[in-house]
Amino acid sequence: MKTIEAIQEELIEEFSLFEDWMQRYEYMIDLGKSLPLIDAAYKNEDHIIKGCQSKVWVHADLKEDLIQFTADSDAIITKGIIAILIRVFSNQPPKAILEANTDFIDKIGLKEHLSPTRANGLVSMIKQIKMYAVAYQTQLN
Amino acid sequence: MLDIKKIRADFPILSRKVNGQDLVYFDNAATSQTPQQVIDVIVDYYSRLNANIHRGVHRLSQEATDAYEQARVTIQKHFNAAQPYEIILTSGTTESINLIASGYSTLLEAGDQLIISALEHHSNIVPWQMLCEKTGAELKVIPMTLNGTLDMEAYENMLNSKTKLVFVNHVSNALGTVNPIEEIINKAHAYNAKVLLDGAQACPHIKPDVQALDVDFYVASAHKLCGPTGVGMLYGKSELLETLPPYQGGGEMIATVTFEKTTYADLPHKFEAGTPNIAGGIAFGAALDYMNGIGMDTIARYEAELLDYATAELKKIEGLKIFGEAIEKTAVISFNVGSLHPYDLGSILDQMGIAVRTGHHCAQPIMDFFEIPGTVRASFSFYNTFEEVDRLVAGVRKAVLMLH
Repeated sequence: MKTIEAIQEELIEEFSLFEDWMQRYEYMIDLGKSLPLIDAAYKNEDHIIKGCQSKVWVHADLKEDLIQFTADSDAIITKGIIAILIRVFSNQPPKAILEANTDFIDKIGLKEHLSPTRANGLVSMIKQIKMYAVAYQTQLN
Repeated sequence: MLDIKKIRADFPILSRKVNGQDLVYFDNAATSQTPQQVIDVIVDYYSRLNANIHRGVHRLSQEATDAYEQARVTIQKHFNAAQPYEIILTSGTTESINLIASGYSTLLEAGDQLIISALEHHSNIVPWQMLCEKTGAELKVIPMTLNGTLDMEAYENMLNSKTKLVFVNHVSNALGTVNPIEEIINKAHAYNAKVLLDGAQACPHIKPDVQALDVDFYVASAHKLCGPTGVGMLYGKSELLETLPPYQGGGEMIATVTFEKTTYADLPHKFEAGTPNIAGGIAFGAALDYMNGIGMDTIARYEAELLDYATAELKKIEGLKIFGEAIEKTAVISFNVGSLHPYDLGSILDQMGIAVRTGHHCAQPIMDFFEIPGTVRASFSFYNTFEEVDRLVAGVRKAVLMLH
């Protein structure tokens, strides 16, 4: 199992190859297409993340003490963003998710999505992922 | 004729870069940009005049008061109100609306009726819902048609002797539809109902004559008229403003105060409690002077040409649908392309230095009506160019390619 830090390093390296924003966005759009999709049954009000201009649903399962995230969004770029987060945080123990920092977002050139005026809710997504980790960590204790 | 080169040179922000490219600013319906002439007035106020108004006997206070009251006269003349004291300076359209809603809470009884339209901004819906909860009055909504206009037949059927207040926007913020306000006013008056018009979206494009319209209340914000944020106006017929209770208590709004009873000041001070946004008020006047210097008719003609051009060019894009195609509309285009999410289009346009608005534009009921999550809204001003429209169209085409 790769650590969260190792995956973040990988992403930073991948994104460093891009010369301009277009390549970066095209890659994000591609990543969005590979997003592990949320089960249709969970695509409901309980799983929606508030504070997004686009709709985002996230679900988490605990398998062999690791959290598996699935998600979906009605906007393609948002799907790409959540796909990046899931690549970093899925298949990890709750404790590691809780302790992880998210500086890599700045380093892959997506800092603009962290601004509070951005309605895509990247901040809300990270918060929701960490909330799931808190819940499962409590369950494991 | 409009000297576009000269006008653009008045707006310092138009020469800045965004994401390494020349800024294309098409979010004018949210806020307009500020010309140097207005910025200079703000700087001059704090450099030369800054003092509290209406109370001081000293020179600065008198000069600041004169400048502020002169701005009120400029606003009065712009809207052709009968008296300067019929212009109340507020923090903006939202406060102006809340001032009226709050006043009406003492004038309405259970069973009375308020009418608003389906084209309203949230700020035009929530205060009236609150007012109805408080008073037991009933809120009715004029429905809209598929092309984004109001169903005037339904409106006529709603009016009756219980109708006390009709409240519509002069122009819809989400779609740009110009509402048939003369008809709305005349029909309401036939039942002795009063009419409040929200002119926030209309005033950048149209110069309303409140006396000719015979409208009872009219509200607008300076920041959509090349003025600063945090200042706006409320026009009310003086006999109606007299009957409304004060909105907030404080200094400036009183005549005499004893612990037994306070008597209120005359208009407009009754509604202007506390120290106002003095610099903002003065700059509001300067902004109207600036726009009138170009001429509202010249502005309207130029913007109509921009709108026609942009509409024709955008429509050439396959799958692009424009929401709100009323014959009478201001320079606003709300659109989507196929099933692409407006957020995706807006994000990519932003990367190209093009500022548009995406989302529900604080008008969720309109989006629900069309069953869409939102739209991309490009709103134009007299300082925008045809070349900028070309950049928008090229940008949308590029974004569509990327997103497919």
